[in-house]
Amino acid sequence: MNLTLFLLALFDGIAYAALVFIVAVGLTLIFGVMRILNVAHGSLYAMGAYLTASLTTFVLAAGLPPIFAFPCMLVSAILIGVVLGGPLEWLLLRRIYHKPEVLQLLVTFAIFMILEDVQRLIWGTQPIFQSTALQLMGNVRAFSVNYTVYQLILLPIVAITLLIGLRFFLRRTVAGKLILATTEDREAAQAIGIDADKVFLLTFIVGAGLAGLGGALASPTTSILPGIGADMIVLSFAVVATAGLGQIEGAALTALLIGLGRSFAVYVWPETQVLVPYLIMVAVLLVRPEGLFGSPAARKI
Amino acid sequence: MQVLLTLALAKGIAVMGITVLLRSGQVSFGHALFFAIAAYGGAFTLMLMPGADLIVVFLLGLIAATLSGVLVGLFVARYRFIFFAMLNLAFSMIFWSILEKFYHYTGGADGMRLPRPTVLWIEMERGTYELFMFYLSLAMAVGLGWFSMRWLESPTGQLFRTIKTNETRLQYLGMSPQRVMMNGYVLSAMLCGTGGILMGLVQGVVTPEYAYWIRSGEMVFIAVLGGAGSVPGALVGAAIYEIVRTYASAFAGDVWQMVLGIFLLIIILFAPGGIAGIYNTLMDRIAGTKERGE
Amino acid sequence: MKKLLMATAACALLPLAAFAQDKPEKLQVGVTTFLTGPASVFGVPAKDAAEIMAEDINANGGIQGVPLELTFVDEGAGTETLTTEYRRLVENGAHAMLAAISSGNCKTIAPLAEDLEVINIMWDCGTQKIFEEGDYNYVFRSQAHAGTEMLATVAYLLKTNPDFETIAVVNQDYAWGRDSWDIFSAALKALKPEVEVVGEFFPKFGSPDFSTEISRLQALQPDVILSTSWGGDLDTFVQQASQRGLTNTSMFVLPLAESSLERLGSALPSGHIVGARGDHYWNHPERRDDEDFKSFMAKFEEKTGAKAIYPVFHMSQGLAALEAAYDKAAEANGGNWPSEDQVIEAFEGLEFQGLGRPVSLREDHQGIEAQLLGMSVQGGEHPFATLENIMIFDGAELTTPVGEESVAWVGTLEPGWVDSLTVETYAK
Repeated sequence: MNLTLFLLALFDGIAYAALVFIVAVGLTLIFGVMRILNVAHGSLYAMGAYLTASLTTFVLAAGLPPIFAFPCMLVSAILIGVVLGGPLEWLLLRRIYHKPEVLQLLVTFAIFMILEDVQRLIWGTQPIFQSTALQLMGNVRAFSVNYTVYQLILLPIVAITLLIGLRFFLRRTVAGKLILATTEDREAAQAIGIDADKVFLLTFIVGAGLAGLGGALASPTTSILPGIGADMIVLSFAVVATAGLGQIEGAALTALLIGLGRSFAVYVWPETQVLVPYLIMVAVLLVRPEGLFGSPAARKI
Repeated sequence: MQVLLTLALAKGIAVMGITVLLRSGQVSFGHALFFAIAAYGGAFTLMLMPGADLIVVFLLGLIAATLSGVLVGLFVARYRFIFFAMLNLAFSMIFWSILEKFYHYTGGADGMRLPRPTVLWIEMERGTYELFMFYLSLAMAVGLGWFSMRWLESPTGQLFRTIKTNETRLQYLGMSPQRVMMNGYVLSAMLCGTGGILMGLVQGVVTPEYAYWIRSGEMVFIAVLGGAGSVPGALVGAAIYEIVRTYASAFAGDVWQMVLGIFLLIIILFAPGGIAGIYNTLMDRIAGTKERGE
Repeated sequence: MKKLLMATAACALLPLAAFAQDKPEKLQVGVTTFLTGPASVFGVPAKDAAEIMAEDINANGGIQGVPLELTFVDEGAGTETLTTEYRRLVENGAHAMLAAISSGNCKTIAPLAEDLEVINIMWDCGTQKIFEEGDYNYVFRSQAHAGTEMLATVAYLLKTNPDFETIAVVNQDYAWGRDSWDIFSAALKALKPEVEVVGEFFPKFGSPDFSTEISRLQALQPDVILSTSWGGDLDTFVQQASQRGLTNTSMFVLPLAESSLERLGSALPSGHIVGARGDHYWNHPERRDDEDFKSFMAKFEEKTGAKAIYPVFHMSQGLAALEAAYDKAAEANGGNWPSEDQVIEAFEGLEFQGLGRPVSLREDHQGIEAQLLGMSVQGGEHPFATLENIMIFDGAELTTPVGEESVAWVGTLEPGWVDSLTVETYAK
């Protein structure tokens, strides 16, 4: 492998990792606070993508300039968080916090199944492609290979901004600190008067919004069609579990690890491309069951 | 209907594996792994030994599932709760990727065919064969169901259930929780494997979808539907699930997933004890009215 | 009481009625098609088309006076549900079945149909292996197979771009992607042995991202890039390739792109080879002026808002085969309703015509179907690519002879064989 190929694989990996991180971070946030592994996260991702494509098409049809494709993404992400995520937590998840873990997992599994069909009912089965945002930004030439600015520069920038933004939000703002406190110790947080219900609702809205944002950002690069959520969710599971549940910075590094592993696999041994994320996950979990960055849970006696 | 029931029984046996695990408080989101390994084991047997008898295919498939149960169990028996679920998921997804990717060996996404084998070296027409498979599955379901219930009540099973109630006590008793967990894990892998090989033999085809995470989720779904921890519930749950699914896809063509999802939500929110729970409540109520009557 | 009397009367009449006429009240036909999952890009238009066609057939008095009743089964619900539903329909008295789209399902259903003794028309099965590996009494294929389709693609490529030196392939990782490449590469090796294969990629089926493959292809710079992908995969691949300029440096050969033309819009530039799995094109140069073709296309566009794609044509051939077989069998039976055996007999050597050129069935039940390919061209009156330099190949010359195995047979062809083919060429 020469230097050019090496750098190319590096670019591919970074572009991919950025997208995976954005989705995975929402999942890990929800888990960290609510202790629920949200299987429906993949559906929220898919719906974010669909919604962005529809909104963009609508906005363009209304005669607005193509630059409006970007605000459309943000609007979709917020809509997914508030209009979809909010009621889900409010109406469904809230009823099951005291129930066994299995049932919680299954409730989100049921939501996933329902949302899969909802997508099909709304957007049909034909693949949708809406790449205005990506085309707008054009290409950059690197080592005799064209790369889209959108994937190589914008996505990583968004991912990094998000990482820093979340850090700031959790450590420096009141709402963030409340969330963090609830993550550390739910009972203690409630004891000192934190309204856990509100924190949960807020977290779920933010987490769902991040899934939607991931979908929104992915939408210009890919065909949106039924089933894209199912693959994304296992991939983000892999990232989140490898990093350690609830670890935001860890998720970023793990996403990068998995992204690079995957893109180098294509060059070295293409057959293993799909395998890489899960191999990394098993390898890490066998050595460190709590994940790369997780801390061992205190034993309850 | 008879084939539908055979499939439901096969699935039910696999779900019993999940049910057994649930009794230790653990849930696996990757037990489709053993389901698929057994079915693929059977398919490979038929490919490498054309004309192999049903018994051979069945046993080799089951052995494959058991061995992999021991292997994976060695790794995962230490883990609990979400880590247990995730690690199982990872193993099943690895197997799924291998099935998908190594096309020249596994047939890729199209899977492998299991041509109808002879039964006790007797050639069978489809009709007779299917009838035979139905009775075989029924016998297996009853036999294994009885065995699982006995096992759970046996000293080993009692220890296994202690993992849920108080694992530390096991250690105070001088037992290794890993060892205890291992026993139950291998049993559950065998049950899933039995379900898988039966399913493959009835279907005549296995695909990587057998190992996909949605299949694992479906098995947990059925276990909860039947009543978490209830062995007969697993079988009844599987039958109800198959029937709902078939009729949903026949009459609600493209929204069968949604129908199932809503069904699942209703069960969890309003009858978390599953079918077995509803049954018990009913029985209690009947018993209650009787007592009052007396 | 009155009801009871009526019921008794009806019961008493029933045996008589059954005796007097052999004709069923309706001809029940089950159709398996993808209503969910990625392949619903084919399944749903085919279902829409089947509904229009059944309506038309019934408006003209049905098949031999018997109205056609279609029941659809979703292939996307998984093999278990598919086979259970298939069986249920047959047990409930379906007279014939049209199945299936997916090669995997075809391989599962062919022996099942044989066991259940029901006429099964493989209306959209790509795999050549069905009749090469098995011998069926009840199973017929109303279209060509992968061998014919790939050979036509190689022939078109060699006729339009004879001087290319390197080729790379990006196919979906499942039976169709692998098998079609086996046939294509074997044919290419026989017909133009000096071509070098510089890259073989089989990304996961349903992959949302081809960035890594495209990076490698840009580094490799092959003259020709083949992809037999379809649906969302093909759309994503072509979109991403065109965004990154790969469509400017390599010629794409896309044997299934006819089904993606409208969705791809401006993303597929001019000068790339587009195939259609048969002579299927909404603007079929030999059929576009025919009344039946025009009226169907108008109805289809009105119903779906889209141009007809190849599964629509395949569906028309499947239904045409069924109708033709019943007509032929009834004629042989002195105008009376034929028995199942008579219908099966009628299928031998049957000729029928759907929306494309006429198709004939060989003695091994394989359909002989013409093949249409063209070069994409942008900038017409449509907001998507249309075809120019269209060639329609005669199906018989491209189809593997009876008893031969496709990959082996195409390997025996000699360079120059392409010049011996019967071709009609149309500028647009």
